[in-house]
Amino acid sequence: MADLFEDYRLGPGWDEMFGEPGMPRETYEALHATLQPLSSVELGIRAEVLARAFLDQGITFALKGIERPFPLDIVPRIIAADQWRVVEAGVAQRVRTLEAFLADIYGAGQVLADGVVPRRIVVTSAHFHREVAGVNPHNGVRIHVAGVDLVRDEQGTFRVLEDNVRVPSGVSYVMENRRAMAHVLPEVFAATRIQPVESYPGQLLRALRAAAPVGVSEPTVVVLTPGVHNSAYFEHALLAREMGVELVEGRDLVCVGNEVAMRTTAGEQRVDVIYRRIDDDFLDPVHFRADSVIGVAGLLNAARAGRVTIANAVGNGVADDKLLYTYVPELIRYYLDEEPILPNVETYRLEEPDVLDHVLDRLDQLVLKPVDGSGGAGIVIGSQASDEELSLLAEKVRHDPRGWIAQREVALSMVPTLVGNRLRARHVDLRPFAVNDGERVTVLPGGLTRVALPEGALVVNSSQGGGSKDTWVLAEAPVAAITVGGPVETPPAVYLAPDEPAGAGASTGTSVPAPRSPDPGPDSGPVAVQQQQQQQSARIDGAVSC
Amino acid sequence: MLSRIAESLYWIGRYVERAEDTARILDVHLHRMLADPWADEETACRSLLAVMGVPPPEQPVSAARVVGLLGLDESSHSSVVGALAAARENARGARETISADMWEGLNATWHGLPDARRRVEQQGVHAFFRWVRERCALLAGLADATMSRDEGWLFLVLGRSVERVDMTARLLSTHVRAGGSIPSWLTLLRSCGAWETFLRTYRGSLDDRYAAEFLLLDRLFPRSVFAALSAAEACLTDLEPTGGPGGQPGRVGVATEAQRIVGRARTNLEFRGAEELLADFPSVLASLERTCSQVNEAVSRRYFRQTSAVLWVPEAVA
Repeated sequence: MADLFEDYRLGPGWDEMFGEPGMPRETYEALHATLQPLSSVELGIRAEVLARAFLDQGITFALKGIERPFPLDIVPRIIAADQWRVVEAGVAQRVRTLEAFLADIYGAGQVLADGVVPRRIVVTSAHFHREVAGVNPHNGVRIHVAGVDLVRDEQGTFRVLEDNVRVPSGVSYVMENRRAMAHVLPEVFAATRIQPVESYPGQLLRALRAAAPVGVSEPTVVVLTPGVHNSAYFEHALLAREMGVELVEGRDLVCVGNEVAMRTTAGEQRVDVIYRRIDDDFLDPVHFRADSVIGVAGLLNAARAGRVTIANAVGNGVADDKLLYTYVPELIRYYLDEEPILPNVETYRLEEPDVLDHVLDRLDQLVLKPVDGSGGAGIVIGSQASDEELSLLAEKVRHDPRGWIAQREVALSMVPTLVGNRLRARHVDLRPFAVNDGERVTVLPGGLTRVALPEGALVVNSSQGGGSKDTWVLAEAPVAAITVGGPVETPPAVYLAPDEPAGAGASTGTSVPAPRSPDPGPDSGPVAVQQQQQQQSARIDGAVSC
Repeated sequence: MLSRIAESLYWIGRYVERAEDTARILDVHLHRMLADPWADEETACRSLLAVMGVPPPEQPVSAARVVGLLGLDESSHSSVVGALAAARENARGARETISADMWEGLNATWHGLPDARRRVEQQGVHAFFRWVRERCALLAGLADATMSRDEGWLFLVLGRSVERVDMTARLLSTHVRAGGSIPSWLTLLRSCGAWETFLRTYRGSLDDRYAAEFLLLDRLFPRSVFAALSAAEACLTDLEPTGGPGGQPGRVGVATEAQRIVGRARTNLEFRGAEELLADFPSVLASLERTCSQVNEAVSRRYFRQTSAVLWVPEAVA
């Protein structure tokens, strides 16, 4: 019987499971030992059960309007407790910094006056919205939820690839992956102590309630979704369900006299906090895109008047602009007086002419990213691009240096992944999720590991067959066995007397028919469908890159 | 509860019931056509299509074509497959409200639909209809077992009941339209899954009058028009708040238009008596179908409002 790992070959990049061929790292020893005796056929069957469960439960993302399951690979990714403490602290540090930065630029603008970040960079960001200057959230929080994309480089060091402080997606898969894995591979769980992830909806709800407008003691919180045709709709529904709040669409809300209300069967009911999953541009047709049919007219004025809280705040995009990203280490020193815990990936700012020339000379060795792109849109990996693509790119970059950054190509770390019925090394990234309730930034242990399924692929993108992995953060120390209500005893076996029945009570002209109601139920028009799809269409499948 | 969600639940109730009833009706009619050597396929098929509200095609109609139109047509909300797809689409938008079990049941059913055509080809239509009936029973059971008896439940049951009144009335119309011969009362009772119950109730005497009375007026059989109207009426009553100032039941009549319409239809059946109803059968059935569309309108107006997207034009924003 062939060993499951027999023909597993280490790839380029840090292998998360193996230090050298056949020798699992300490973190992975228990998992390795549990998986090894399984045959590839057995593992394949489990993987099929997993895929089927996802499909039936509708754990999908929609791509161009087609729903697909978000593939979950059966081999989890493991992070040791001490490594995680670094990640956790590093992510929280960035969130605190970016909060300070946002408060500053939509307020006094001290950072600009001090010349730490050029004013030009802020005001030319597509996501800088003057409309929200001077809007101060009651508890000071603008980034209620952040997703910080990390990669591990060739030495196994976690590096920040980008920050997402607008409407980061993917946390629902973190929760669902864990549930599904526990069903399909219980024996693997039994061998390992893993920090749980189910506390997320509770934390999020606490943060949202804490952000309620002044004077509201029992806030009504809602999740605002573009609608069922949005790629991340599954996540919106899951978060609403698990927080026990309403999932609303723009058409369910009405804004009158700076009060926001939702339309219910019993009339209009006031809404205090909106966890919106709609992009700024579509949120309020009065201030932004007037053709938006998925937003709510008047929402921004209500927020400005302090009658409703929008989470995450409008205008956050300026803090996750990729050019601003290059300044974050300096911002950490400026606002917190701390050294960055997690390093950035080496990045070039193209606005300086000699840097631009240097980059243009080496396009075939670098990764070029548009600064305001989300997901993998527009990313060019020099080493994998044709000459034609590169010359086209050079032209674009020369024409708009503000619109691009260049990064070193990092060989992302790799984790064994089931491909066909064999395990192969595939590149992964990691998106931990942080929640800020105004008192504390909490980082959910683990996060979403995305895996690029095609061999050698560095862009982790589900439209290209990417998937995810359950991500385990090991518990600090062996946790004492959890007992509920005292030690569990095996219940004594019960024997029925031979003549006792099993279970009590076991003995015994023609009329003209009306046309069918054609009403398909509530539906959105074609424009709405299009806009719903447009929203963050590529976020979860995102983009990792290199 | 959000109006949009209430509307979705109402339609989930209607569509699941529609899928099940259509499957039942088709199953029995097709079987009947095969078993009856004197049946004229063309006439029987056209009559069935007309009763189900599908405009009859110009080309000759065969049993296979009827299966295509009423069973497998994905684009029609009147077909079995189309109704199940529509139910699932509504559930997707109300996913945080319905139970996870129910969602999964509906979603798994929807994933099974692409196999429907193959199932029909390989195992025959009966196997497909049976599968549909089982899935619908599963959905009803999961809803029953996992949904809280709140407003959402009331809208779901209301939708189911309204659809059931409509479908049972259509079913009875198939008999009337065929001049009382095809399909027989036996067929109709079987369509409703009422055959055995009927035999027990009337001690085996298969009489046209009794059969019509049973499907129209029986208080205990859940698919009778009377029982379904009563269920709808109960839901409508529960949906209106009764406590507190302003919420007091009025001193005269009922609170809503929908209650008035359903109540009138119910008393009309209850107090006219079987003899009189049967003498005037076609117009009784026509009026029941009108009742269903009126209730539908009244319920939509009162609870769902107009929630379609507002189109903002730049000029209007100034």
